[in-house]
Amino acid sequence: MSANLKRSNAPIFWLLFGAGGMLSALLGPMLVFITGIAIPLGLILSPDAMSYTHMQAFAHHWIGAGFIWVIVSLFLWHAGHRIFHSLHDVGIHAGTAAKLICYGIPLVATIVAARALITSVV
Amino acid sequence: MKPRAIGKRRPYVRPMAGWWRRNPFFVEYMIHEGTAFFVAAYALVLLVGVVRLAQGEAAWNGWLQALHSPVAIAFHLLVLVAMVYHSWTWFNIMPRTLPPIFVAGKRLSATAITSGGLAATAFASAVLLLVVWRLST
Repeated sequence: MSANLKRSNAPIFWLLFGAGGMLSALLGPMLVFITGIAIPLGLILSPDAMSYTHMQAFAHHWIGAGFIWVIVSLFLWHAGHRIFHSLHDVGIHAGTAAKLICYGIPLVATIVAARALITSVV
Repeated sequence: MKPRAIGKRRPYVRPMAGWWRRNPFFVEYMIHEGTAFFVAAYALVLLVGVVRLAQGEAAWNGWLQALHSPVAIAFHLLVLVAMVYHSWTWFNIMPRTLPPIFVAGKRLSATAITSGGLAATAFASAVLLLVVWRLST
């Protein structure tokens, strides 16, 4: 392979899209049900399940913190990539501005979530 | 309006606006691509929660209380429908996005891939619910 060939960064974003899509397909529906419906309404699970003490303990452990971080960031990388590639279909030019929004939000969210979780862990 | 030379015919330009609404296949395509907005919205709700958790108990309780509002419940019901549809279409499309897989010399069928994926979702959902239930009691 020629050293002059510029490597495409596409596989990285495609991988993040695929990983996020797979994770949301496997866990998304149950996660939404648990955090958005079951716990607030007290169905099956106790409304206390997401109390500050419980969540603090969960996010304090690296497994819990890692789980939350992976969910938040990969869901957004998946969505951003998918929306970016559908823009042309609805007649919106997929230019630099669109790229900045579609990939900038996941990037910022990944960093913000990591910072917030690190303060919870330590 | 641009002036037109007499005698010149106006070329026909096929209108592209709303092209996907003319074919049920593309309508479905747009809906399953559209689930991305719901996945993103849910992740942003969680992100706010993570930030509030780091800010302390009062901040966290405020976020938790907001989840109890009827608007929040309705929003999550909508996200749930979109998320289920995302799972369903993700595994329905998978036979076409995966490279051919051969098991014992025979190509794995599309039905096997789709039903395998949906079974994995059912299993993962049960495990997740069980883990949350165990952790919270």
